[in-house]
Parts: sequence; structure tokens; C-alpha cells
Amino acid sequence: MKNTVILGALTIAGLSAGAAAAGTLDDVKARGKLNCGVTTGLVGFAAPNASGEWEGFDVAVCRAVAAAVLGDATAVEFVPTTGKTRFTALASGEIDVLARNTTWTFSRDVDLKFEFTGVNYYDGQGFMVPKELGVSSAKELDGATVCIQTGTTTELNLADFFRSNNISYEPVPIETNAEAQQQYLAGACDVYTTDASGLAATRATFEAPDEHALLPEIISKEPLGPLVRHGDHEWGDVVRWTLNALISAEELGVTSANLAEMAAGTNNPEINRLLGTEGNLGEMLGLSADWGKNAIAAGGNYGEVFANNIGEATPIGLARGLNAQWTKGGLLYSPPFR
Amino acid sequence: MSDKKNNNPIAFVATSVIPESPPPAREAGVYKWVRENLFSNIPNSILTLVAIAVVYNVLSNTLPWILNGIWTTSSLTECREVLQGKTGACFSVLAERWAQLLYGFKYPEEEYWRPNLALILLFFALAPVLFFDLPRKLLGFTVIYPFLAFWLIWGGSILVPIVALLGFAVAAVVFQKLGKGSFAASFFGAIVAALVVWKVGGMLIPDNASETAMLAAVPSRDLGGFMLNMMLGVTCVSLSVPLGIALALGRQSSMPLIKWICVVFIEFVRGVPLITLLFVASVMLSYFFPPDATVDLFLRVVIMITLFSAAYIAEVIRGGLAALPKGQYEAADSLGLDYPQAMRLIILPQALKISIPGIVNVAVGLFKDTTLVSVISMFDLVGMIRGPVLASTEWNGVYWELLGFAAALFFVVCYGISQYSQWLERRLATGHR
Amino acid sequence: MSHGDLSFMSTLTDPPKEQFRLSMLVNDTRYRSLTFQAIAALVLALAIWYLGNNLIQNLRAAGLNISYDFLGDRSGYDINQRLIEYDSQSSHASAALVGILNTLLVAVLACITATIFGVIAGVLRLSNNWLVSKLMAVYVEIFRNIPVLIWIIIIFTIMTAVMPGAKAYLGENPERELLFGLFAFTNRGIYAPAPVWNDGSMIVVAVFFVSIFAMFAYRRYAKKLLFDTGKLLPMGWPSLAILILPTVLIFFLLGQPIGLDAPDPLANRFNLRGGIQIGAPLIALWFALSIYTGAFIAENVRAGIQAISKGQFEAAAALGLRPGRVMNLVVLPQALRVIIPPLISNFLNITKNSSLAIAVGYADITATLGGVTLNQTGRAIECVLLLMLFYLTASLLISMGMNFYNASVKLKER
Repeated sequence: MKNTVILGALTIAGLSAGAAAAGTLDDVKARGKLNCGVTTGLVGFAAPNASGEWEGFDVAVCRAVAAAVLGDATAVEFVPTTGKTRFTALASGEIDVLARNTTWTFSRDVDLKFEFTGVNYYDGQGFMVPKELGVSSAKELDGATVCIQTGTTTELNLADFFRSNNISYEPVPIETNAEAQQQYLAGACDVYTTDASGLAATRATFEAPDEHALLPEIISKEPLGPLVRHGDHEWGDVVRWTLNALISAEELGVTSANLAEMAAGTNNPEINRLLGTEGNLGEMLGLSADWGKNAIAAGGNYGEVFANNIGEATPIGLARGLNAQWTKGGLLYSPPFR
Repeated sequence: MSDKKNNNPIAFVATSVIPESPPPAREAGVYKWVRENLFSNIPNSILTLVAIAVVYNVLSNTLPWILNGIWTTSSLTECREVLQGKTGACFSVLAERWAQLLYGFKYPEEEYWRPNLALILLFFALAPVLFFDLPRKLLGFTVIYPFLAFWLIWGGSILVPIVALLGFAVAAVVFQKLGKGSFAASFFGAIVAALVVWKVGGMLIPDNASETAMLAAVPSRDLGGFMLNMMLGVTCVSLSVPLGIALALGRQSSMPLIKWICVVFIEFVRGVPLITLLFVASVMLSYFFPPDATVDLFLRVVIMITLFSAAYIAEVIRGGLAALPKGQYEAADSLGLDYPQAMRLIILPQALKISIPGIVNVAVGLFKDTTLVSVISMFDLVGMIRGPVLASTEWNGVYWELLGFAAALFFVVCYGISQYSQWLERRLATGHR
Repeated sequence: MSHGDLSFMSTLTDPPKEQFRLSMLVNDTRYRSLTFQAIAALVLALAIWYLGNNLIQNLRAAGLNISYDFLGDRSGYDINQRLIEYDSQSSHASAALVGILNTLLVAVLACITATIFGVIAGVLRLSNNWLVSKLMAVYVEIFRNIPVLIWIIIIFTIMTAVMPGAKAYLGENPERELLFGLFAFTNRGIYAPAPVWNDGSMIVVAVFFVSIFAMFAYRRYAKKLLFDTGKLLPMGWPSLAILILPTVLIFFLLGQPIGLDAPDPLANRFNLRGGIQIGAPLIALWFALSIYTGAFIAENVRAGIQAISKGQFEAAAALGLRPGRVMNLVVLPQALRVIIPPLISNFLNITKNSSLAIAVGYADITATLGGVTLNQTGRAIECVLLLMLFYLTASLLISMGMNFYNASVKLKER
């Protein structure tokens, strides 16, 4: 009985959020804020900086979606999730979109009922070893102790790789990246394995990054992308095409520098459609006409987002590699805006 | 007389009192103390030497580290440059990130005075509960405090806590009025009255009230750091005391169904670790709320921790109830008091008084356990350290300073509370019987 | 007021013969408890229906279902520390079983060492050596007042930072030699030799067990002789001899059938191979739980000893008992009655706190079933329910043991 009273009191006190309407898009618009699930802290992808602002590659996706839907790139509520809580958070409606280094797999798509809206980073699981070990290939790692950051598909890939190569290893599962790194640096494990991008990000923070090498083997395909709940196609379309807008913008040469100029109208009809000066793509999505422009204005096109957060000029120092545009030998290929 | 003594003819009889001489050196002062307390026999001496070695080892390793500590750099790399291989702590991380560690990284900086004020007021609110000598009138402030603290920390419209308080006030009045009749009627009447007030009040509060409020609203997701630990601890303990009393009384009830419900609940909660209950809060509980409502993580965690501590507090109070002499129950009965009256006027005041040390111990344990929320991605003090701070490029690898800081904070608070509890125990031991 | 009168006396008087009125449901003690229970049952049923209904609706909306089939699926991940055969081809259920055994392992180990730490610290805290008793007070206060999660992380960090890497022991000219050629202490864990059971080793084991029995039989006989005739047989050395000599003798007679498989520094370039490895996460968790809970047990032990009235000590001393015997025969048997119940609840706490293994990567049930399995299958509700079921069962079993013990040591008064 007492419990009900307390619950009632807290509910009335406005702690619990309001009721949800039919679709996520309407919810977000009504709320005026996008709830975006991110990691609890992976530098370069999603981490709060010294002043408490979230920044990173995944964060930029959230901001672009918020800008496209609400016209305000700061109207995002970042919800930190762990590997354990992320799917429940999305399934239960606590977050609208999950942009958290989540690998697109069959079972997550089909069995867990989520919808991946594209790939914002093509990753693969790699290995990092101290150079002094003199290891040049992952196949030489027989008997090694391997630190794994848990909560991803990493454990499974690792088990499969060692099993198929018929070599043994000692797994050390670690909850957070910071602790895994401490274990690795102290020599409690010989190898650190996680997504290659994460390895690069981690190595960048070392005292002596040169003493550690990334092995050439990439043992898995890890297409990372934002995902939404299954069945809400309008909302899925919004997230998918916001991501595509960023990718197309790079392909079409729309940058945050020339955005205002381009938005005034160009000779290229696709740019015009993307930026909303021609056609009614925004209306079809249920958004304003300048949604694409807003999304790009949030953090620049895909190339700029990449360069600012994880590119070669940053401490993370990742090359574009697979994540270059298809015209430059990469895998990024946005369907046309028409 | 003295003259006579002086003239005593027998030679071996002393003619005067020998002046008091100081005790031998080995039986006096520091020497005696050291000998008796440290080197009284061989095993004792060995123990002492071992203890001295341990203390020396610990101090010789930590003192230079602390004394050489650096407070002013802006990253670990700079610390290392300044130290140039010498032993020394890099306390700069505390200097730079103290605000994040204490308040979380999202709580607006210009609003830090609000939780600070709430913390100071907490002492005034707790004082009349903890020290029986203070005037009872101060309890009035204790009653208002939760609503005041809620408003201070979360901000937003002041109407919200006022309506909530009003609901309780109306409920109390109704209870008093109907209390003349039967307990059941007044109890349920009070609940209905409170619900009506909240419902009506909730409708009266304008939707945009929070935006124009005197204090800017802070969503509970933005709470963090040590403040989050304190808030979880204080909120959950204070919510769980009434629930615990109800459970303890229910467990002693003569009604089998109610007793059975309470026993199952208490034993279930006490049988599982808090972390599984937090998993329930983080991954399961959302499925049990209505599909169209979302309840934020903070509230879900508060619910689970409250249920958790209520079960432990119920057991403490049950002990208090059992410790009362049977005569007290019989006396209440012989006065013709009914059950609620007997409980309210005779039994509970005494039982609660002797339960307070136990409740305080549960509170300390619970406060320490609030660090577990870091496992479910809440940024409390430990969560801040393991997450954003250690993951940042500048402070990657600063473990000791941060963990030591967290340990020191918890130690100060918990040691303080447990000293109070011991003081109270001594006081109650003399005051009882 | 007169209606609400609920003294025990009123139930004893003859029930008034009046007709049943609706108000009697609230005001008459005979019916009131029924009314309350009916309301409680109704509220409970409503709550269960409400929550269950929400769950069904939410699951249907998300297109999910409740199913435990995933337990039979291939788990796909490896576990470092395991007591039974397990690899990535095994099922999630066997991963959970590995986790259960690991939980029990660390809980049992920690219960033993925590008791040892606690008893030593508790007794030393009462020592008349000022320095030692103050040191123990500091130990108790520091460990009691800092969260166990922080201790686990600190101790794991210390182990990682202070102990040498496995590299120090490896290769032809290692930096460090194995202790006695058998033990290695690294930040990955402790490597110890494993026994190798050759032919005839069972005989040695059998002889050893027989000698244990023989030792107890001897002690019993000596005690009986002491009580019956007052003749004092030596206890210590003979029992030790009975325990060890026959086994050692048979061991060498059979040509040393039990060998030792020491960790080999040369077999692998990354790790020592062979022997038994006790992983660093296990050691850190074990040690952290023991030393943390030890502080609580120390307080219980101190309270237990202090609860014995001074007269007991004096009476024992007046009987001419030596200090050791005062402790063994007079104080401890009485103190144990005070110490054991909180001790058992500390054991319960250790079992529950072992779920914090998740912070150091020890593969207990929370880390396997509630960790990787939950992550991989996304079956959050099922996994958490199973997890709670396990802990509940374990706790209830321990509580049952405690009640059984309490009943057996209860003072048989009058």
C-alpha cells in the first residue's frame, strides 16, 4: 500500500515521462528531444569531453538525426548504455535510436526484432600486440592470453577464429575499455582484441603508441550502424535517409563550408533535392523541406564527421579504408536522392 | 610528638619518613608504557616488530607518492613530464575533474549551489531524527525537507513539490478527522484524499511550468557523481523505512495471508544480490510498465533499491519488535487500545528507538552498495571514474588517485555515520532499563 | 472508538448473538481479519494481473516471446576459469553451469579465508599490544567503510600493477625463477604444480584417509583415557605422526606413484604451460571478498569474545587452566554461540557479493549467464530470472543450514 503512495507521489512529481503516441517520429517531435543510445565512453565514437558535452562519430549521427527532425542539433538526450542494457533500452522505448557501435547481424535483425538503418562504419575485429613480442600474424598467437572487451560479438569471433585455426588461447573478458587497456599495458594479457577502430582509438591514448602493433588479420566483418525498433518504418526511414544524406553530401561535394551557398540553389538537381530546394523529399519523410540541410549543418558531411572525430588528423588517426566513398575504392554507397 | 620520635633510642627505627622516590625508570613514563603495551613478552614483541614493519612499508611507499603529488597539469602525460620518473601522484585529475566526480558531467555548473544547499539542509532535517534531545518541533522541517530537496535538486516548477506536499497534508488531515471512527476507514480515506489532491493538482499545473520556473529543471539523467550516490542512499533509505515498518508489522501479523506475502517478499529480496535487482531495473522493469509510458532509469533504480533496503530494514525492525518485553503489548491491550493505536503510541516508538542503530547500519551498507549502479551504466562516482574520466585521452591510466579519492569520500561519510551509530548504541544501552 | 476496540479480551468473551451486518466486516474482529486479507489478496491479484498484462503487451509489441530454448544453443564463447569441461561448442546451459561452479568456488574459498582473517583480526584487536590492536582497528574501519566494489577494483588493479608479467618467467634465461621450481606468481594468476595420478596412487590416497581416521580415533582414545583415569597422553606429535608417517612410507614403498606436473616456462612463448592456473580475477575477487568480509567477521568475533563475562575468564584461571585452554575450553565454546549466526549471514553476503565478479572479469554466473549469454542472445528477462533463481536457492540453502545450526547450539535451558 505504502509503495503505491510513493509511486503515485513520484509520478505526480513529474519524474516519469509522458505518454507516447503512435509513431516514434511523432513522439520525438512532441517531446522536442531525441533520445539517443550511445556507449558509456569510447573516445572518438561517443564520450563526454571535459566540459560534459558528448562528442564523437556516433554522437554525430544522433545530432544529424535530431537536426533533421527537430532542426536543432543540440536537442539530443544522450543515454549511455552498456552491451547488456542497449537492446532493452531500445526495445522498451527508452531510446529512439541506438547509435552505439552495434554490429549488424542476422539474429539481431531478425530474432531480436531491430531494424538496422544502414552502416556508418565498416569495422572488423583486430588484434593489438606489443611489438617486443615479435608477433607478425594472429596465427602465431597459440597459447596467448587475450583481453576482450565484453558485450559485443567479439567473444564469438575470437572463439571461432582460434577454433578454426586450431590454436589455443586464454580469454580474459573485461567490462570497460579503460580496464582492458590497463590489463594489456601491465602485461596481464599479451593481446588486446576488439574492433580495429577501437584498437586504434585505444592505442592513440597510450604513452608510447609506437611500441604496439596492430596485426594484419581482421577476423570478422563488423558493419556498425544505427538501429531502431522493428516495425516503425517511418522512423526507420528518417534515420536511414539522414545517414544517407550525410554520405551523399560528401559524394556530391556539399560541405559545411559551402552549405549555405549550395542551399541557395545549384545546377545539380540531386543536390537541390537533397537540400530541399527542389522536390518534396522532406514532406515524404514527414519532415521539413530543409531537413537534409539541417542534418549536414549539424556536423558537416560524412567525410567531415569522420575527419573531425576519428580521422587521421585526430589522436585516433584512422584512415578511411573501407569507409571511403565507393568512387574512391570504399564501400560507402548511398542510394540516390530522387 | 615529633620531638619524642626524634629521641627514640632504638637505632633501627627510622626517625623520619623516607621521601617518596620516583619509580624506577623501567616502571615509569614512556618506557613503562612501551614495555607493557608493546614488548610485554616475546610473541608480543614479534607482533610489534611485524606491525612496525608493515606500517613503515605502507608509509614509505605512499607518503612520497602523496607528497610529490602534482596538482596543476592538464593531462597525465604532462604529469609524467614534470615528475621525470620520480614517484609522485598526479592529483591534477582531481583538480580538473572534481566537479564531474562530485556532480556528474551533465549537472549544470552554475547550479552546483542547489545540491550543496540541499546537502547542508539535510543535516538540519536529520538532526531531530538522530538526536533525541533536540526540540521535537524541528521535526516539522524534517517533514518539509524531502519536497524542498526535490525542488532544489531537480528544479522545475515549485508547484510540483507543493502539490505533492499538499496531498500528504490533506491525507493527514483526513486521517485525523476520520481517525475518530475506525482506523481502516481513516486509512483508506486518507489515501483516496491524497490521490484526489494529486490528480486535481496535477491537472492544474500548467504544462510549461517547468520552463518558466525559478530554478531551471534538471532531468534526472543529468545527475551523477558522488551526488548520485548520496541521493540514492538518502532517498532509498528514507523511502524504505516506512515500507520496512509495514513489512515488519505484516510479518508479525496474525493474518496468514498478509504474513505470508511479507515473508515471501522479505526472504526473496534478501536472497538475491542487489546487482540482480539492478539488472531487473535496467533490463527487465521497463517491460512491466504500461506500454505507453516510460519510467526513467533513476526512478527504476530507486524503486529496486528501496525494495531491497526495505526488506533488510524490516528484519531490523522485527528484531526491535521482538526485543520489547511482552508486558508492553499486554499493557497496551489492557489499556483498551486497538491495534493501530497500540502500535502508534506504545510499541513502535520503543521498537524504532532500539532499532535505530541497526537501521543506521543498513543505511551505511546501502550507501556503499549504491556504487553498484555503475554496473548498469549510471555515472555515479565509480561509474564516472571507470567511464568518462578514465576513458578520456588526458587521464587514461590515472587509477590510484581516482580510486583513492573515491575510497576517501566513502570512508569519511560511512565512518562518520558508523561513529554516530556506535555513540547511539552506547547511549541506548544505558538508557534502556 | 468503541467499534474499533480490538483487545484480546474481547475475543475471549462470548460472541454477542446479533445478526450479521455489513459494518461488521470492518468493525468486528471476527470478520475484520478476513476482510483485510481479502483486500490484500485482491490487491495482490490486481498487481500481478497488471504487471503480467503489461509484460504480455510489451512483448507482443516488440515481437518477442519468453522462451528458454536458447539454453540448448551453442554458446560460442570460451571461458578462462572453469572447473568442468567446456568450450565454445558447448551450450549456454553448460556455460551457466560453469558460472555456477565458479560462483560456488569463489564463495567457498572466500568464506574460509574471510573466517581466518576475521578471527585473527578479531582476536588481535583485543590484544594488549597497543600497536597491533590499533592497527587491527584501522584495518576493520577502513575495510568496513569503503564499498566492496571499490575494494575489488583496487585489489585487481594492485595485482595487475605490482605482480610481474608472465614474461618474467618465460624463456631460457628468465628474469625470475619458479619458486622451488614449482610456483610462479604473475599478474595473470598463480601457476602451481598439478598432481599426476599414476598406478598405485589410489592406494596412497586410501592410506591417507585411513590415517586421518586413525588420528581421530587416537585423539578420542587419549581424551577418554584422560577423563577416565586422569592419565595424560601426548596429543600433538603422535597425531601428526599417525597422520603423515604411513602415507609417506607407502608413498616411497610404491615408488612415488604421485608425481607433480610443474608449470613449464619453455613450452610456450606467451604463457607457462601445465600445472594448475589460478587466474588473477579469481585471486583478486577471492582476496577482496575475504579481506572485506574479514573486517566484518573481526567485529563479530570481538563482540563474541567481549560478550563473555569477565567472571568466566577468572573462573577458568582460578581452576588453573592455561591461557590456551581458557580460550579453547571456556571462552570459545560460549563465544561461538554469539559469533556463528552473524558469521553465517556474512557467508551469505560473500555469496551475494561474489556477483561483483563482473568488475574483474571472473566468469561467475553473473558474468556468464547474466553477462555474455544475455548479451549474445538478448534474452534479458529469462537470464535475469534464472540468475535470481540460482542466488535465491543458494541463499535459502545457506539459511537452512544456519537455522539447523542455531537449533542445535541453542542453550538448553531449564
